Amino acid sequence: MSVVEANSVVPNVVRKTALNAVHRQMGAKMVDFNGWDMPVEYPASIGCGIVNEHMAVRTGVGIFDVSHMGDIRLAGREALAAVQHISMNDASRLAIGQAQYSALLYPQGTFVDDVIVHRLGEDEYLLVINAGTREKDFSWVRDNTRQFDCVVENLSDDFTQIAIQGPRGVDVLQKLTDANLKAVKFYWVTRGSLCGLKNILMGRTGYTAEDGFEIYIPSDEETSARVWYEILDAGKQFGAVPCGLGARNTLRLEGKLPLYGHEISDTIDVWEAGLDRFCKMDKPNFIGRAALEKAKAAGVKRTLVGLEMVDRGIARDGYRILDEKGREIGYVTSGSPAPFLKKNIALAYVPPEQAAVGTTVKVEIRGQGVKAQVVPTPFYKRQKKS
Amino acid sequence: MPYPTDRRYTKEHEWITADGTIGITTHAQDSLGDIVFVELPKVGAEITTGKPFGTVESVKAVSDLYAPVSGTVTGVNEALATAPEQVNKDAHGAWMIKINVKDPAEVGTLLSSADYDKFVSEEAGH
Repeated sequence: MSVVEANSVVPNVVRKTALNAVHRQMGAKMVDFNGWDMPVEYPASIGCGIVNEHMAVRTGVGIFDVSHMGDIRLAGREALAAVQHISMNDASRLAIGQAQYSALLYPQGTFVDDVIVHRLGEDEYLLVINAGTREKDFSWVRDNTRQFDCVVENLSDDFTQIAIQGPRGVDVLQKLTDANLKAVKFYWVTRGSLCGLKNILMGRTGYTAEDGFEIYIPSDEETSARVWYEILDAGKQFGAVPCGLGARNTLRLEGKLPLYGHEISDTIDVWEAGLDRFCKMDKPNFIGRAALEKAKAAGVKRTLVGLEMVDRGIARDGYRILDEKGREIGYVTSGSPAPFLKKNIALAYVPPEQAAVGTTVKVEIRGQGVKAQVVPTPFYKRQKKS
Repeated sequence: MPYPTDRRYTKEHEWITADGTIGITTHAQDSLGDIVFVELPKVGAEITTGKPFGTVESVKAVSDLYAPVSGTVTGVNEALATAPEQVNKDAHGAWMIKINVKDPAEVGTLLSSADYDKFVSEEAGH
């Protein structure tokens, strides 16, 4: 037996978060993810594994080390104008303490990266960016905001970022902080004391299609490890488990949250990716806007759809999509068993003519066309508390 | 990790008994994680030493199964189609296929339990 395919990228440099030793000590299975040595799952001996970790987040709470994510701060008189120039969502709509999903685009309307833009102060913004694109993003932001009166800082190495995800995430974190978390709405941030640390940024954000928080603490190993274990301890009564990138991937896939290099990339544009509602064409000009206007007029040649396997088989990243006659019409961007939905699901690019819900296509699995159907997305949507 | 002494092992982490029953090792299931799919050949199929005879998939990865020796498939564990997690629970009990071994002497050339154990610990050491 040997692994012939895996949903991860092979890197050339290995980087570690401040919690690396903690993951190893807990017996996590480590993988290379975009150059980072990260936990993919924790051992069955302590009750974890991708399926258990995934279910914990859907039904209770899971704790993730997401320190590989990067952070860029823009501050100064023209910080808003700078953010508006480099991102597709409308940052002028953000109140202080509010966050929004957005993206940095190339002039051709394709993706530099997707980001969460947080407005931290009157003229202060924090962009949270992907691990694999940290350096590229920072250079891009710095180079394209030179004309604005604002300071651009790469804070990526300053924070250990921990995600506390799941319906009980708020209860776990509330045990450790004096901030009133119930008052923090989804995609808003607050600051407060946490585990004896002062003025800690906590955002009600995540990448699991579930309620939860992401916290930003100092990145020294001692503090990082102490807070990690304090969160796990506080979560014990709610069944909290540590979660790796495996569950992070299946959770975000069920929620149709894009992954850079898969659903979005430097060759895929906003319309193809179906991220229209995060792209505000009516706001002041931004990089990529002109190309997107042309692309919209021309019409898309491919579009992202959700697939559910009808016949036995699992679609995987990169597999080809065939029509009924066996002709290649597209490809899978992300595919996996969905642990909560208990179905085999995938995201794929296909021509618009084959994108209607109910359309039958085939996924080529080891040379065989296996039947799949276009289904509504997201595959999973959390029930909002009333 | 004690590996049963009633069978032989490959460096690709399959096991085979003297009567030609084949499965994967507990080390293999552990490194794969949650197994969700097992694809096996049909009765009557020929399998060849070192060549893939099937596939096992976990949530995260796809792996080929390699034939420890050559032979003809005489039985398939159909239960794994609907309960692939049996391989995680009991890898040394959840057999995959039974074969009529072409050359019984070939089985004896594979790793003993002790040698496989040593091989796995050395692999983990890297």
